[in-house]
Amino acid sequence: MELPAKIALRGVRKAFGENRVLEGVDLSVATGESLVIIGGSGTGKSVTLKCILGIVEPDAGRIEIDGVPVEHIDRRAFLRQFGMLFQGGALFDSLTVWQNVAFRLQQARKPLGRRDARALAVAKLRRVGLGAEVADLYPSELSGGMQKRVGLARAIATDPGVIFFDEPTAGLDPIMAGVINELIRELVTEMGATAVTITHDMRTVETVADRVAMLHGGVVRWEGPVGAVEESRDPYLDQFVHGRADGPIAAIR
Amino acid sequence: MILLRLVQTFLASIGRSTLGLLAAAGRVAIFTGSTLSHFARPPFYGREFARQLLSLGYFSLPVVGLTALFTGAALALQIHAGGARFNAATVVPSIVAIGMVRELGPVLGGLMVAGRVSSSIAAELGTMRVTEQIDALTTLSTDPLKYLVAPRVLAATIAMPVLVLIGDIIGVMGGFLVGINRLGFEPGAYIRNTLDFLVPLDVVSGLVKAAVFGFLLALMGCYHGYHSGRGAQGVGRATTNAVVSASVLILAANYALTEAFF
Repeated sequence: MELPAKIALRGVRKAFGENRVLEGVDLSVATGESLVIIGGSGTGKSVTLKCILGIVEPDAGRIEIDGVPVEHIDRRAFLRQFGMLFQGGALFDSLTVWQNVAFRLQQARKPLGRRDARALAVAKLRRVGLGAEVADLYPSELSGGMQKRVGLARAIATDPGVIFFDEPTAGLDPIMAGVINELIRELVTEMGATAVTITHDMRTVETVADRVAMLHGGVVRWEGPVGAVEESRDPYLDQFVHGRADGPIAAIR
Repeated sequence: MILLRLVQTFLASIGRSTLGLLAAAGRVAIFTGSTLSHFARPPFYGREFARQLLSLGYFSLPVVGLTALFTGAALALQIHAGGARFNAATVVPSIVAIGMVRELGPVLGGLMVAGRVSSSIAAELGTMRVTEQIDALTTLSTDPLKYLVAPRVLAATIAMPVLVLIGDIIGVMGGFLVGINRLGFEPGAYIRNTLDFLVPLDVVSGLVKAAVFGFLLALMGCYHGYHSGRGAQGVGRATTNAVVSASVLILAANYALTEAFF
């Protein structure tokens, strides 16, 4: 018997006032698969992730986790299996680096003691290439690349089954972007996690993706394995992948 | 025809404003209800509450103290000057005490703390909203209302009466200093006159007002910060709205509570 998809979206719609962002998104991600969602700015990539997480409530459609509609799942249990790396890191300014990484462990119903939480945070920081010396710094004392790594350490702190990456290389130089892409691929493979990444960066697509979906006009315009991207004849995908100003996607949106 | 259209446009704009106002009142009511429900439901974030008590309460002490000191001193001068017209200059100690404890202590203290605390809460939460820190809290299985809003509102509600009580004492002290140094009062008589005319209801009503003002000013800071718009402009607008709405609500609540008490 075929297992249900880890995450499935069926006809998800969302509008903000007159602005209809999602107009019936159908998408599924298999367990252990790394899906990368690409698309221009304002095509609803972040909104799609936020709908899955329950941060934004869809106007219509169904979202299922392991075949169960999200509204039938206990919200805390549902969120416990997710980790997320935000575009800007979204680290808490008032907490030190290790407190950021161990945040979930310390806020749990049975919180981890301070010493154990710190030790675990330091181990996760090491996993993303940061030494123990940054543990007691505040996020504002770190560079953009280091903040991304701390965000990554926080996302994997509880070994979640599903990890979302929102524009993981935005604002980073090409070398640091390459390092973060490699790190994401390693972590996803090593943890066997299901991953959904949204990006504009084709290097992220090449490094991180098993499968690619392109959002355009509020729907999934194209989806397929990463190897099929280059061969695709879809004019929208072709224009986006090659960054052409001419094509069916208007340059000014 | 043009007149009819003008009247229609005018009425439509009134209707739109009324609907907008009612919708905003509804949103604030829902936000207040959710916040209050978190006071009673675990988990409780004791460390956050203690941090806010220190930040909103203890660090507001200089502002409240200085406001009370100068207000008490100016009040003594005013009452002396005004009372002299009716040969009633001796009422200075009792009127300074009653004026400070019932009205000026809680209202001016509330307005000063609103300026300091509502704005800082709105700016902090607004920045957290813009930088997705509030969304991050949700993804880390933590309810932002419980973690960010409830501790701030509870801390301000508890801290304000303590601040105002200290402010009342400093305000009466301001009047006392002016009374004995500038108006020729004898210290013992000034203190006796102050204590003889104060009744417990004067103090209690002022402290109840302070608790209500603390609740309102923190709630407005949290509400506007939590719903901040995007970018620096959004945070700036949230901060301004927090201070303005907190100040107006404090003055309106002061009138309602004064009616209720006296």
